Amino acid sequence: MSLVLRGVTKDYAGVGVLHGIDLEGRFGEVLAVVGANGAGKSTLIKILAGAQPMSAGEMWIDGERVGLRSPHDAHERGIRTVYQELTLVPGLSVTENLLMGDFPRRRGLIDWPAAHARAAELLESIGFGAIDPRTSAERLTVARQQMVEIAKALVTEPRVLILDEPSAVLAGSDLDSLFALIRRLRERGVLVIYVSHRLAEVLDLADSIVVIKDGRVIETTEPARTSEDELIRLMAGRRLEQIYPDRRPEPGDLRLEVSGLTRDGEFEDVSFTLRAGEVVGMFGLVGSGRSELARCVFGAEPASAGSGAYGSPAEAIAAGLALVTEDRKRSGLVLGMSVRDNIALTTLKGPLIDLARQRDQIGGMIDRLGIQPEGCAPMVVEHLSGGNQQKAVLAKWLLKSPRVLLLDEPTRGVDMATRVEIYRMIDALARDGVAVLLISSDLTEVIGASDRVLVMAHGRIVGELRSEQTSEDQVLAYSMGTLT
Amino acid sequence: MIAATPRLVLRGRDFTAEAISAAVVVLLVVVAATTSDTFLTPANLTNLLKQMVTTGLLAFGMLVVILTGGIDLSVGSVVAFTGILAAGLSAGLPIPVAMTVGVLAGIAFGLVNGALVARFGLAPFVVTLASLTTIRGLAFVYSEVPITPTDPAFLGLGSAMLGPVPLITLIMAVVFLAGGVFLSRTPAGRSIIAIGGNAETVRLAGINVRKHVILAYAISGACAGLAGVVLASRVGIAQPSVGVAFELDAIAACVIGGAALSGGRGSARATFGGVLVLVLINNLLNLYGVQSFWQQVLKGLIIIVVILVRRK
Repeated sequence: MSLVLRGVTKDYAGVGVLHGIDLEGRFGEVLAVVGANGAGKSTLIKILAGAQPMSAGEMWIDGERVGLRSPHDAHERGIRTVYQELTLVPGLSVTENLLMGDFPRRRGLIDWPAAHARAAELLESIGFGAIDPRTSAERLTVARQQMVEIAKALVTEPRVLILDEPSAVLAGSDLDSLFALIRRLRERGVLVIYVSHRLAEVLDLADSIVVIKDGRVIETTEPARTSEDELIRLMAGRRLEQIYPDRRPEPGDLRLEVSGLTRDGEFEDVSFTLRAGEVVGMFGLVGSGRSELARCVFGAEPASAGSGAYGSPAEAIAAGLALVTEDRKRSGLVLGMSVRDNIALTTLKGPLIDLARQRDQIGGMIDRLGIQPEGCAPMVVEHLSGGNQQKAVLAKWLLKSPRVLLLDEPTRGVDMATRVEIYRMIDALARDGVAVLLISSDLTEVIGASDRVLVMAHGRIVGELRSEQTSEDQVLAYSMGTLT
Repeated sequence: MIAATPRLVLRGRDFTAEAISAAVVVLLVVVAATTSDTFLTPANLTNLLKQMVTTGLLAFGMLVVILTGGIDLSVGSVVAFTGILAAGLSAGLPIPVAMTVGVLAGIAFGLVNGALVARFGLAPFVVTLASLTTIRGLAFVYSEVPITPTDPAFLGLGSAMLGPVPLITLIMAVVFLAGGVFLSRTPAGRSIIAIGGNAETVRLAGINVRKHVILAYAISGACAGLAGVVLASRVGIAQPSVGVAFELDAIAACVIGGAALSGGRGSARATFGGVLVLVLINNLLNLYGVQSFWQQVLKGLIIIVVILVRRK
């Protein structure tokens, strides 16, 4: 009673992403899949979900060889997948999203009371009873939307449930409900394939753990036989001595001076400075106005009042600014274009582009940042993992040799090993005299990677703290308005 | 049953679209040459080379607009207006000047289309649907009846031959060659393709999105203007009613060539392949003496088959 993969390979446009994956998951267990960004986890999930065909290899369920041609095929086999990206239809109610056309009817018309009751019953039965099925999906928090996604996969009981980073947006009691649900599903004989960066969770939940690196399974183990340190070492191929670099800032010339900057409805009277060679953290809860502030400084949105913001992205770039936005899919990348063409976007020069020079320049940057897989320049950027996509965005801007680098959540959805690389890169850039603004909602990161921290709340800067003198508690307290 | 079409990848670039078009073109030529005695005659081949010019010019302009994620439905009307304008002006102006004014009129229409789309954020479909009817109306306002240029030199452009090749076919070939370089090697061309993929990313990279969208419609207008002048010169008469539904052939050529109507994907080379496929189908059905209504039916079916084959 198991799901087995044998020798599964996958390549995109001739570039290998998976090189012969073997794994076995038994029904009634939690199988964790861990690996650094770019190891091939997302591709593996897509193959299991029927969303991508494998290039070679076999898949067996209960001793029968199966070939999945589409996600629909996978559903028929009882395989359900919950992706990191949310797929709910925003304008529809939770009920409609859950039942998706399979409504109870009365005299040919949809019986809404019965439909809502069925949705409520489903949510209740899996421990998500706090969600009102009548609410439209767009009015739910991201965490709640994620829970509805999970519920959607459970409308008909699956045999295999694949969860891709389900805990990334969940916290507190929502997370407890999710773990309880996973344990109940396991008892009922479901194979749960759990993909997560959070190793503590993995060790707590999983029955077996598969470690993937560079498209290969490099270790199959159990929680009792391993540790967080060992897993990190396996994933990264080296031990992580220190996550954050040791900063010894020597602030130089003034690079950016923002004064009284206001954009109506988003932020008000914001003033701060960035000097050459310093890393300034900016912390704020979602909705505090930090991303809007960065976009406004960069000239992407006009300011209502104040000084320090540029008139357009072109002006900002001419002045040496670069902005890595928080949502790389929406505003960082052209997903359907190659890695090379994406990186080239900031440095297009005419009348005729010198293709050889461009190839060298971009190849050098790809090597410098270690964008995986090897030889990915002609690959469509959409096929890269999250961490490598993020590196491609960074590469695009580093080619411009910026003097001021605005980073908005640069490590969101990025694994630990890549994070460490990004922190080192930030440190190295600052040492070379770049002024860095690091916007983050990760407290540890914002304190660990920067020299001083600006705290934003409700569109205003409410505090400025020295990183070495502050604590996570203090920063959080400022951001929630309990300290002033 | 979604089987992936095998992709043809050379040195990291995907040539699948080109390969499919090339295969269909070769197939059509072989079928035509073996089943028809007249296909390979010089008269028919010259005719074929001339026939592809209008669709070819319109298709390249259309491709540039489609790459931005837009569409230009007005090109057929622009063909009519610019043709009749050039023919009318040729009575009082030197012929090259009259023809240049015709092309400039096409560019002007393109600039208006582009400005409405880029500056006011209107939907390209709606904007160019409106200009389709407006410009058609203007063509009739200019002259309700067909204009026959009095100076026979007006026909020179359309009838000149350079060796075995009509001059206008060479002009079209130059447009495709230069257009191919424009799209693959110039910052403006790369920007236009990227805009169709994700305009916000391009804007944040410091590239003027509006300017490039307007440029794309201006290029389409220029191509349509050139096509109008060339067509009037070739047939020796300019009619206000000419060019109805020409935009559909241009769009079909782009789609057969693998361009994505959502933008961001497509190439000059593959679009030229699409033009050849369309023109060969027309020519072949003519040689077989297929009645014109059946030609339309068959052409539609063949387009669907080609698109099905190339589907990912």
